Order: sequence, then structure tokens, then C-alpha cells
Amino acid sequence: MLSTFQYPKFEYVRPPELASQGEGHYPVTVVGAGPVGLTAAIDLAQQGQQVLLLDNDDTVSIGSRGVCYAKRALEVLDRLECGEEMVQKGVSWNVGRTFFRNEEVFSFNLCPEPDHHRPGMINLQQYYLEDYLVKRARQLPNLEIRFRNNVIAVAPGEDRASLRVETPDGAYTLTTDWLVVADGARSPIRHMLGLDVEGKIFMDRFLIADVVMKADFPTERWFWFDPPFHPNQSVLLHRQADNVWRIDFQLGWNVDPEEEKKPEHVIPRIKAMLGEEREFELEWVSVYTFQCRRMNRFNHGRVLFVGDAAHQVSPFGARGANSGIQDADNLVWKLKLVIDGKAPARLLDSYTDERGFAADENLMNSTRSTDFITPKSAVSKTFRNAVLDLAEHYPFARALVNSGRLSVPSVLAESSLNTPDADDFAGNMVPGAPMDDAPIETAGGQTWLLQALGNRFRLLYAVQDAATLDAATVAALRELAGGAIAVEPIVVAERGVAPGALKTLIDTKGRIRERYDLHPGTTYLVRPDQHVAARWRELEPTKVRAAVARATCNA
Amino acid sequence: MPLNTQVNLHEPGKRYFRAFSPGDDFYEALIATHRDLTDEQSAMVNAKLILLLANHIGDISVLREAMKIARDGVA
Repeated sequence: MLSTFQYPKFEYVRPPELASQGEGHYPVTVVGAGPVGLTAAIDLAQQGQQVLLLDNDDTVSIGSRGVCYAKRALEVLDRLECGEEMVQKGVSWNVGRTFFRNEEVFSFNLCPEPDHHRPGMINLQQYYLEDYLVKRARQLPNLEIRFRNNVIAVAPGEDRASLRVETPDGAYTLTTDWLVVADGARSPIRHMLGLDVEGKIFMDRFLIADVVMKADFPTERWFWFDPPFHPNQSVLLHRQADNVWRIDFQLGWNVDPEEEKKPEHVIPRIKAMLGEEREFELEWVSVYTFQCRRMNRFNHGRVLFVGDAAHQVSPFGARGANSGIQDADNLVWKLKLVIDGKAPARLLDSYTDERGFAADENLMNSTRSTDFITPKSAVSKTFRNAVLDLAEHYPFARALVNSGRLSVPSVLAESSLNTPDADDFAGNMVPGAPMDDAPIETAGGQTWLLQALGNRFRLLYAVQDAATLDAATVAALRELAGGAIAVEPIVVAERGVAPGALKTLIDTKGRIRERYDLHPGTTYLVRPDQHVAARWRELEPTKVRAAVARATCNA
Repeated sequence: MPLNTQVNLHEPGKRYFRAFSPGDDFYEALIATHRDLTDEQSAMVNAKLILLLANHIGDISVLREAMKIARDGVA
């Protein structure tokens, strides 16, 4: 098969424990250098934390695997300073079309609003994503990566965990205050600890064929129910980087996966779809099944599970890697506050609460998509086909067509970290909401709201003319930066520069005002993971401090 | 009032952050209503469901319009 990508081979280095025969001790160890483990390790290191990252392999993902990276994941990756490279290399798209037999019945736009920095989705082979993350990780001197270091035993303790690690030079033991487990869907560490994961396996098989070809199909997600070229099943077509196209054929349960992977079976399926004349070469072929399941808790004392190790969903909706990246985004700032003694360990319970809520939403949406795409009974299939039939002419039925509800972030409206609204607000930026982006201008030039947020608590304070801020407000805002948990004040204005060296953002297109329902005096407290923690119609520093305490379990 | 074929599903008191959620909530409940039934039992459930909804709608001209659309293209 053809290869458009040169797999890097990362160097194995003999660990110091094997040289000195001693036991190393580390504040945080992350296991698994996939998209989620790398995200967690980089985020922690960026926060100034010493991090050890262990991986059992010495290269990136074999095969394209996860190819859809959603807007919210890109915003997190932007915070890690590697989003731009991915967006440049990836294929940006917003529109998805759904076909039933020969007719288009439904289309959606993931990002129907203008003035957002990132597209609804990019398609990028997982090996590129991991390659870029490894490059970023290597820029961070306080992040040590050990390739071909395989964890073979874990002994969790009250205030640390002990790991037995196997390398080409033999095994060694290390201890760690905190263990972040990102070792994937089969999670060997989850098994070693005997922790349950509950859910169900779906009785269906799907064939992935990555095909290299020159084609001028639009950069959209195309999904077919029961197409003439693959009757009674579904097919998905997606463009990736380097003229690689992902084609996903539903096969049903009663096929032999080893047979179906053979080129003599794959190529006729693709020719039936693309026509005999189209020239293409196979790059990667895989047959998969999937499970929908999650752990009951994601935090177990000193052991914290993220990504597929904690929860698995069907691939319809791109909710795997995207939710895992958001797990890391949610966990890391909390863990850092706990490590630094600025928040109690129970703040980590809110990681399970918030990301468990997100996992349930992802499981619900991906299970609903799966049930629509692969109906489990005759009556379910009749309803499905009735919806598709009606969808051509009737808008209500179009809304019911479910070919995958693509990954959008959860609104954590029920989180105990939120301070409930006491004032009236319009719009969706409720406490717990992931923040909407908007174009802004700062002293440094044109940029985006989300580029100015994240990594620590911030306070957005709205005024019309920043230059007119009175001395008392300036003093109150500046004082917030001095607490045990610093809150950086940012003035959002239509014009002007705030006095007292306060950072000022100009809402050039009025989108922040529109999306956050800003009036002069409106104040938003924003978490390090760019979620709204609290909001008020006027600035009251005591309320801000109380909301910070609540958002960090210090109340 | 003519038959409404625009998007119309919602649940009182529930706030939706995603446009697809109310329709998906309904569809899941509909399919769940049929769980573990035989085809014959499902047909009976569907018949009862139509009768209940028809009575709720009340306006027979609306029902005639729906019945016509439902039959179009089937036979």
C-alpha cells in the first residue's frame, strides 16, 4: 500500500533508574502519548509543572484512525500553541450532506455563525496530530517523554502510586504523586486496577479504507443511507490531508473481518462507489467494531483516567479524541491547583462530575446516531426509512435525520463549580458554558477572544469606552489579580484603552456584546479552561472572590 | 390551521443548547416505546399511537392532509 506519511522513530533512552538502580519519584506521571495523554502532559508542563510521560511505543498512531478534530478541541490545542499547524495541514470543513439512496435529504453547517476563529471541524490524520503534539512537547524542558517504557504493574497508595515499567534494558520502579492514565480504550492500567467500565458492544462491523486520489469533490462530509453502490448499508466519505480520502463502509455483523480487509474485497467496493475510471491507491485498511461504555468514576484517589481509557463512544460524531482532549482541558487546571496546595483534592471530584456529564452526553448522542444508522429492529428501520422519505420535502423530518451529531462541547450548566445567575441574561453563555469565540483587537493587533483567555482565571469587565474607567473600578479590578488564586482582569470595550495598565480588548465587530449579552458593567468570571464560572450585571469584588472560591472548592 | 411540517418538537421547561436535541429526544423515546416487541405488537402500538395523536389534534382537515402525505409514494 502507498504511504503519504513517513513515520518518525522516537529515540529510546535508558531511564536513569536503570543506570543508578534507584527508584525515581515524580510529581505527575502521564501514561500514554496519544492525543489525550500528550495534551494533558503539555498542558501541565505549560502550567510550570514537572511532568513525566511514558509510552510503550516509539512512533505515532499507525494508520489515520481519529481524523475529525472539532472546533472546541482546536481551541484547546490553540491554548497549547499547536492548533495553527494542525489547521494549516488539515482540511477545514463545516458542511455535511446526507443522502438516502440517490437523493440528498439533509445538510448541516457546523459553524453557521460568522466571526469564529476555528472551523467546525478539521480532518487530519491522527499521526499528524500526534507528530505535532510530540514536537510541541519537546519544546518544554520540564516535560520528559520516555518512549518504549511500558507500565506492567501499578500499586496505588494513599498519597502516591508506584509503577513497574518495562524497557528494552529491563524493568524499573518509580513512584509518582499523581498518575494520569491515558492508555486508550483497552486501558491496561484500568485492568490492572480491576476497575469496571460499563456499557455495551454494538453488533456491527465497519470497513475503513483510506484512499489516495485526486478528486474534486467539495470539502464536505458526505453520508449515504442505502446507496445504490452499497445497498442496505451506510457509507461515509471524508477528505483528509495529502489527498487522502477516508471511506467508511458499514458491513454488518456477519462478515469475516480478515477477508474484508483484503484488497481484492476492498477495491471492488470502492470502484462501485467511485466508478471504474477513477484512479486511486489504498493507503490503509481496517475493520472495526465499537463499544459504548464509561467508567463510573474517572478519578480514583491519586489515579486519574482521561480519554478512551475512561469512556468509549461509537465513532459517529467524532466524539472520541475530541472529548478526550476536553477531559485533559478540564482536569489539568484542577490538578495543578491541588498540587500547588491552592485547592482541596475534592476539586478532582468535579472532574468526574463535569466530564462524566459530558461522557453521558457523548454516549447518548453517539448511541442515538448508531441506532438511526443501524436500526436494531424492523419497526426501527421502518421509522428510519420513513424519516428519510419525508426528509426530502418536509423540514421537521430533516431535523430527525441522524447521520452523526458531530462533536460539540457540553454546556456544564449543572456543575457545582458554577455560581448560579442572580441577574437576567440572554443567550447561551450561561455559567458552565464553553465560551464562544469572537474577533477582537488588542494592543498587539487583530486576534480572537479565546486566544486572550485560558490557563488561569480571568475576569471580563464590559464598558463602552475603556478610557473612562474610574479610579475605584480600576483599583478593584487590579486587586483581584493579587489573591491566592489570581484573577487577571480584562476590560472589554467598544473603544479606548483602560488606565492603570489594565489589559483592554476591543470588541471590533460587537460579537462579544452580542454573544455574551454585555451591557456596561457586565462582568464574567472565566475558568482556566475557557468555561464561564459566573456573571453579574455589575462588578462586586466580594462576589467575584466567592465565585472563585466556589469554582475551586475553596468555599 | 394547515398541517405543520416545520420543526416543532420541544419539551416544556427544558432548555436546549443544540438544535438537534429535541428531535433526538423524541425519536429515542419513540424507538424505546417499541423495545422488545414483536413486529405484530409494534404494529398494534403504532395504531394506538396514531389514534391517540389524531384525537389530540382534533382537526380532521389536518389529519386528512397528514394521511395523504403519509401515503404518497408508498403505493
